[in-house]
Amino acid sequence: MLETIWFLLWGILWAVYFMLDGFDLGLGTLNPFISRNETEKRILYNSMGPFWDGNEVWLIAAGGVTFAAFPTMYAVMFSALYSPLLLILFGLIIRGVAFEFRGKIDNEGWRVLWDICHFLGSFGPALLFGVAFANIFQGIPIDGRGVFQGSILTLLNPYGILGGLLFVMLFLVHGALWLAIKSSGDLEARAGRTAGRLWWALLVVAVVFLVATFFSTNLYANYFANPVLFVVPLVTVSALLAVRWFIAIKRWWKAWFASSLTIVTATLFGIIGLYPNMLPSSLNPKYSLTAFNSASSPLTLKIMLVVALVFVPIVILYQAWGYYLLRGKVTEEDLASDEAY
Amino acid sequence: MDVVFLSRLQFAVATLFHFFFVPLTIGLVIMIAIMETIYARRGDEEYRRMAKFWGKIFLINFAVGVVTGITLEFQFGTNWAGYSKYVGDIFGSLLAIEATATFFLESVFIGLWAFSWDKVSPKLHALFIWLVAAASTGSAYWILVANSWMQHPVGYVIRGGRAELVDFWAVITQPFAIVTFAHVVSAAYILAAFFVMGVCSYHILRKTHVAFATKSFRIAVTFALIFSLGNILIGDLHGKEMAKAQPTKLAAAEAQWETMKGAPFVLLRIPDEENERNPIDLIAIPKFLSWLALGSADAEFKGLKEWPKEERPPVALTFWSFRIMVGLGFLFALVSLIAFWKRNKLESAPWLLKGLMWMIPLPYLAASMGWLVTEVGRQPWIVYGVMKTSEAASEVAASQVGFSLAAFVVVYTLLGIACFTLIAKFVAQGPKAPPAEAK
Repeated sequence: MLETIWFLLWGILWAVYFMLDGFDLGLGTLNPFISRNETEKRILYNSMGPFWDGNEVWLIAAGGVTFAAFPTMYAVMFSALYSPLLLILFGLIIRGVAFEFRGKIDNEGWRVLWDICHFLGSFGPALLFGVAFANIFQGIPIDGRGVFQGSILTLLNPYGILGGLLFVMLFLVHGALWLAIKSSGDLEARAGRTAGRLWWALLVVAVVFLVATFFSTNLYANYFANPVLFVVPLVTVSALLAVRWFIAIKRWWKAWFASSLTIVTATLFGIIGLYPNMLPSSLNPKYSLTAFNSASSPLTLKIMLVVALVFVPIVILYQAWGYYLLRGKVTEEDLASDEAY
Repeated sequence: MDVVFLSRLQFAVATLFHFFFVPLTIGLVIMIAIMETIYARRGDEEYRRMAKFWGKIFLINFAVGVVTGITLEFQFGTNWAGYSKYVGDIFGSLLAIEATATFFLESVFIGLWAFSWDKVSPKLHALFIWLVAAASTGSAYWILVANSWMQHPVGYVIRGGRAELVDFWAVITQPFAIVTFAHVVSAAYILAAFFVMGVCSYHILRKTHVAFATKSFRIAVTFALIFSLGNILIGDLHGKEMAKAQPTKLAAAEAQWETMKGAPFVLLRIPDEENERNPIDLIAIPKFLSWLALGSADAEFKGLKEWPKEERPPVALTFWSFRIMVGLGFLFALVSLIAFWKRNKLESAPWLLKGLMWMIPLPYLAASMGWLVTEVGRQPWIVYGVMKTSEAASEVAASQVGFSLAAFVVVYTLLGIACFTLIAKFVAQGPKAPPAEAK
């Protein structure tokens, strides 16, 4: 029971991370293609300015919880995914400092350098998180001692790449919507149009992914065993459709919330399908890591549950309050402030 | 080179680099919070400018600290899978608590603080930076509790081939952890105080922003004095805990080969690791080492030869790191005393200002040496007395680790240069002119 609760919490933490940092990563990927001048670029950076750091902590929390609640899973997952994970981390490093460094020296070459870093550090992690999770869904070659018997090329299989593409598309739409919320005038209109167009591409990738999931993974088994669970992907699909509707009527906040719901439930769709596996072995199902054979002791799980139940709601409260406090569009006055990016 | 060695090197590079940024964050934020509180209470614009000036440097430094911290958390999984499986039950939960209870608070409010100067009342804004300050200190606590458990494991039992938690309270309140926390945080205050004093000295020497720099200097010198004196006492307590918990580390830190009753403290010592002796051993203070470490002048101090070679840490590295750290610690106390004494007539003491300017790197050096003593001195154990470092690494290809190590070195070097350039730029530029003068 404790293991199952933790399995769910583990999934939720990843889902919230993808929902929050998703728009940062998507917007970073979109940046070179959507912004037409320096002012627009700055609006884009500052739209994420107060939030990206807090968003990224969800990744640290997800990682920490994996370590605390499922140490064996943590050890095997991250050593198996050694290269992609380090690429993600290096990406997030250059992305994070790009925010802070870019505007600090008034030189075109300096800005271009950090624009490139910001793009690579957004696109790379978006893609690789998708590749990593698609591979987890379909299983990776780990042996009985939890040692990875493949290379980075093993992970770059068609289904893995499809997963990467899905994440990138989800985040692009999500990011474009965030920009529409935070900008005004021409840029807002362009961001909204971009979100609308990208949505169709997302739809195609999502449908292909869902079909491929049927053939490449066992995710649907849990759903056929408990059809009531189909509620989750149903919410995903409805939310995705709602995104398009809200884009059409130019309700950016609503579209963004629908997009958030899409990302959260899409992640949960995969996680629920995975249960009780956390890291299925493609060599032999007996080698798979599950919520049960990789969990911490009951005492640790209990203490951590108390910690999570106390602190996570508090975090959500103050983080949401922060979003509410700085909910306005990025104005010229904002751009003129000393601390603006 | 083997995976264990490469992984150790990579972790050392990543940790030492990360810890160039952490202490300034922990220390500077408190001073900024004090400055902003003075502004919020008195409405004195000078203190707002002060908080903004130091805040800008703080934010640049903070960004690098954050992004380099993430790689540390994940490296336990990528490079130390054996360790993670074995102790995740305890160690992992401490890292997870750090993230949920403190790091969230720090990161969310740093964003709010930086972007809401003109959007909320000065008092609320000052509260934001106090939350950041409290959270960064809290983060330090949890991380150091986790590290202390590797130095002195308590509250666990070995069950089913791994260490499992049995007494959480013992883990988070053990004296070793508390004294380590006090030692590190107070070192962070010293580092930040010397940073601020050095920067201020630069401006006072050049006669730019003199009034501004003098006010900042006074806040910093108070910190420097309290914590550099305090850390001598705390360091002594830390050493006594180490004597109880990690006798091999202490023996290596002192390069004491033979077990002795009433061991002397030798001021000038150069160890020869290969031949297990100290060819240069000058100016001994009789019985002082036994008294310092063990609390009694006649106590038996266990020498390195008590343990087989394979259970001893590298002696020379531990010894020199310890000596340099301790020496610098006393230097900081001395300089703080002089600076405090001269704080009202700084302009008449250019030698002091020059000295302080050039001293900025020294607390960084001392902090790095401190970590080398802590981590190298713990060897060959990853968890002292419980798990050897050689059993802890992931089974990944050495080439993979070699490649990532090279990437760390390259990326971090470039990052360090960029960060240094920016901080130097804003330091040299000084605070913005107050609105009245700007017109």
